[in-house]
Amino acid sequence: MNKELKASAPTDSEIVLGILNNSEITLKRLYTTYFPMVLQLIINNNGNEDDAKDIYQEAIIVLYNKIKSGQFELSSKLKTYIYSVCRRLWLKRLSQMNRYGGDIRDFEEYLPVDDEVDNHNERDIQFDKMENALQLLGEPCKTIMEDFYIHNRSMQDICERFGYTNADNAKTQKYKCLQRLKKLFFQQK
Amino acid sequence: MSDNQLTELIERYLNDEMSHDERIQFELLRKNDAAVDSRVTEHKQFIGLLKQYGERLELQKRLDAIHNEIDVHTLKEEVTIHPAWIVQLWRHHHSKISVAASIAIFAILSTLFFTGKLNSHDSRFVELRDEVNRIRVSNDQLKKTVNTSLITAKANKPKPSNPGNFRGTGFALSSNGYIVTNYHVIKDADSVYVQNAMGESFHSKVIYTEPQNDIAILEINDSTFKNLGAVPYNFKKSSTDLGENVFTYGYPGGEVVFGQGTLASANGYQGDTTEYQVSVPVNPGNSGGPLLDDKGNVIGIINGKQTQVAGAAFAVKSSYLLKAIQNIPSDSLSKSLILNSKNTLAGLSRPQQLKKLKNYVFMVKVYNQ
Repeated sequence: MNKELKASAPTDSEIVLGILNNSEITLKRLYTTYFPMVLQLIINNNGNEDDAKDIYQEAIIVLYNKIKSGQFELSSKLKTYIYSVCRRLWLKRLSQMNRYGGDIRDFEEYLPVDDEVDNHNERDIQFDKMENALQLLGEPCKTIMEDFYIHNRSMQDICERFGYTNADNAKTQKYKCLQRLKKLFFQQK
Repeated sequence: MSDNQLTELIERYLNDEMSHDERIQFELLRKNDAAVDSRVTEHKQFIGLLKQYGERLELQKRLDAIHNEIDVHTLKEEVTIHPAWIVQLWRHHHSKISVAASIAIFAILSTLFFTGKLNSHDSRFVELRDEVNRIRVSNDQLKKTVNTSLITAKANKPKPSNPGNFRGTGFALSSNGYIVTNYHVIKDADSVYVQNAMGESFHSKVIYTEPQNDIAILEINDSTFKNLGAVPYNFKKSSTDLGENVFTYGYPGGEVVFGQGTLASANGYQGDTTEYQVSVPVNPGNSGGPLLDDKGNVIGIINGKQTQVAGAAFAVKSSYLLKAIQNIPSDSLSKSLILNSKNTLAGLSRPQQLKKLKNYVFMVKVYNQ
């Protein structure tokens, strides 16, 4: 399996283009190509396969967002970039768990990617807050918020789904929900 | 304008759902009212975050789906670096191994401590002072009590009846009561008595010790002690050759015993140059006894034997004894200590030599708590 993947490894520019075009196949190829490398890094540095999955997905998300935002320049190999981000994330995780023994066994060369990882972590904190706020918001507000703002459903749909008699009622409900969500979000430390 | 209406306006503005006029009007409002402006920015950011959050969840779901297709288990086996089994053993069980090792070390140390092996410098080397066991003590006490009463009746002089906690041998350096023995015989002693071949005990005082050479000099300070007469042997200054016939005379086990052998090595235990190795049978109690050559020169002081080698005994060389005598501070000597230089044993047969010798070799009895 490994060999097959290596043989069909996509080129870096293919991946960048594919992600910009929302290609599911490219994402999958990207994911399967570099996962073994990261698994090797994590497994041989005090981690397990679940840690590898978490770290790898975070790194893919960092890369994905970077490509999507148009900031990504192919100055280094994607492989090196992914490895560096994973390495940095894993070192952070290890020191948080007090399992970092002071050295890490490396398998690839790597770049300094501290800023990107830090930005990513900040954003993650925001997302966690949002998740908490949505949980606290409760139903039906949560679904209304998700349907309207995330899934871009129309007010008409939402009206029908929740059985509101007229669109105005639904709208009022939606604004109330939004206000509460904001309150819950900003209340969090 | 209510809060909800404002929010609706902002949303419509941001979603580009306003008519041209409405838009100009709203932008004017935004410019004039800082509160409205900040509401717009805040709303934009918040909704942006909410949308990104949604996208993130979506992406995560996609990645999870991809991940589930990967055979992680096989891959894991492939990429894991398997360290040597001993390293693995250590990694998985190091806490248990450490505990086991500590217990083992503790057990060994405590065993050594309680069996007294830690105290002596080497278990293969035994010093030959004789620890008198309890049965023996009580036996002797009975005997001695009888003796004492007899002596008391005769001489009306009390004598120590206890045979002592430790026993060794010592021999006279001069006729006026200076005796040499091993340091290890008299160490920790509260009082020391020497007993001659006739069974008479004399109180003695340790006047000088040299622990590094295992030498101790005693002085008999008992009023009943009479001059011994000229010492029949002299002390050899030079070292003795290998193969020379040697003999010793001492009190192992409380009885006077003669032992004969040859000088086996110019060095003692583990190459100790201060000692000879001799093939003379010796036993606890021989410590401090004289080692003489055929002509009756004292060539050493018996002080130990090797437990795992048959017939290997050790004796401190006489040259170190002579040095020790020179080192005695002069104020420790109440009488002059003049070594005999005339050897009257030379040329005599062994039994005759022993007969002459016997009055000059003493049993050293050591009392302590």
